[in-house]
Amino acid sequence: MIKAILEYQFLQYAIIAAFMASIVSGLISVIIVEKKLVMMTGGIAHTSYGGVGLSFLVGFQPIVGAFLFSIMAALGISFINNKLTGIKDIVIAMFWSLGMALGVLFVGMTPGYPPNIQSYLFGNILSVTGFDLILMAVLTVIVVVVIVIFFQDWKAHLFDQEFTKVLRKKTKIMENVLLILIAITVVVLIRVVGIILVIALLSVPAATSSLLTSKLHLRMIYSSLFSLFFILTGLFISYLTDYSSGAIIVFVGITTYVLIWWAKIRSAKISIKKARA
Amino acid sequence: MSVPLIRLENVSCMYGKISALKNLNLTIYEGDYIGIIGPNGSGKSTFVKVILGLAKLSEGSIYYLDQLNCRKKIKMGYVPQISDVNRYFPISVLEVVLTGKMDSSIKPFFKYTSNDYIEAFRMLKMVGLEEQKDRQISELSGGEFQKMMIARSLIMNPDILLLDEPTAMVDVSSQRQILNLIRKLSKNMTIILVTHQIQDIIKHVNKLVYLEKNVIAEGNPEEVYKYAYLKPVNHRRKTI
Repeated sequence: MIKAILEYQFLQYAIIAAFMASIVSGLISVIIVEKKLVMMTGGIAHTSYGGVGLSFLVGFQPIVGAFLFSIMAALGISFINNKLTGIKDIVIAMFWSLGMALGVLFVGMTPGYPPNIQSYLFGNILSVTGFDLILMAVLTVIVVVVIVIFFQDWKAHLFDQEFTKVLRKKTKIMENVLLILIAITVVVLIRVVGIILVIALLSVPAATSSLLTSKLHLRMIYSSLFSLFFILTGLFISYLTDYSSGAIIVFVGITTYVLIWWAKIRSAKISIKKARA
Repeated sequence: MSVPLIRLENVSCMYGKISALKNLNLTIYEGDYIGIIGPNGSGKSTFVKVILGLAKLSEGSIYYLDQLNCRKKIKMGYVPQISDVNRYFPISVLEVVLTGKMDSSIKPFFKYTSNDYIEAFRMLKMVGLEEQKDRQISELSGGEFQKMMIARSLIMNPDILLLDEPTAMVDVSSQRQILNLIRKLSKNMTIILVTHQIQDIIKHVNKLVYLEKNVIAEGNPEEVYKYAYLKPVNHRRKTI
């Protein structure tokens, strides 16, 4: 495979994309899991399909359409939820289904042959383009800079948002920035695992790292490493078998989680037995 | 004559169509140790939250040191209900206490000073948690968790400490320790304590307030208790 990586540009692009996707998914998935925003993230991801469909209809880069719709979904869900409290689930479901419906309609209205939307729905890291890489790089830098530079503020905010409000920090701005970061991350990951499977890369790495450490910064680092492992393993298997890379990445991720969880339970049982003996 | 620290005038607060507080009037003086009591859903937590600016007023005004809506005039410490906080968040006891040293600004590459660490350790010692400082909060008992939250508020050096049911979901021995700690603190600090444990605080607070969306009775703790719980209530405001 190393020879192929050196030889084929699409494999080089795929590996660069894997590194960037791992960094953002590692950082953001921990936040999503701790803030219990998994369903909201699913809503944002699925709404972005409307943007992909629109881009085919109007004629611009699909990832740009996904980016615009993701940001609108993140801020829209937050805005409506703040105005009408207690209906978050319903708002998420509406954005989720409306985005998918718009995507289907726009694709249907696109003249000529139907475009290849499969790689946006289920991901295909092997089809990442140069433009995708540039956009992913810019978005990755934004996510890393915002999280790392203001890490202590994020930590306080994520632990107890009410208390940061008592400190008179701009919690609304922080909340909106966080949602935009999630939207950005969704866009970075769409080319890797696709709209439908993106939720896995934004929950499984964090869940797996939570089995190994209870320190926030370590969780983010472990989560990025797990994400990289899932994506590269998925990429490798996909290259060998020609199966969908997105599906394999998700399968590798969940299998790893289950194995580590099982090993942890087993080692705990062994420790108890040793202590009794 | 004590200084009026916070004055609530005709304060109302709505959650959607549900009224949580209605035309509430109350003045909190410097040095007060006030117990806030009332049945579930009577607006006790909302009362604390409107003072802290966590819940919006639908009507009325709050004066902080006689300045309208000027929360920054007073440093306020807050201990929320245990159920309002993510107890499994990956953070250590010391880190939680240190967050009390933050201010309103969002600073790039913010780092705590060595003095902040010394002070945080002093606060943990005061609440009896110095040996737990490096533990993750998920390893703490309910009582230890609440003591940590009190330490986080104390490090702010607050003018007033607002505690929302700090002894809920805590074992009896820890409840006693927490209430003793609050009693000690009340000698040097204004305290508002929302609680259902009336019997335990009645002898220590200097004022008891019985809420049911508005102040039904306030004043002498024993008298308010009798008025609120031992007599058929006609629920007209009474100052005792």
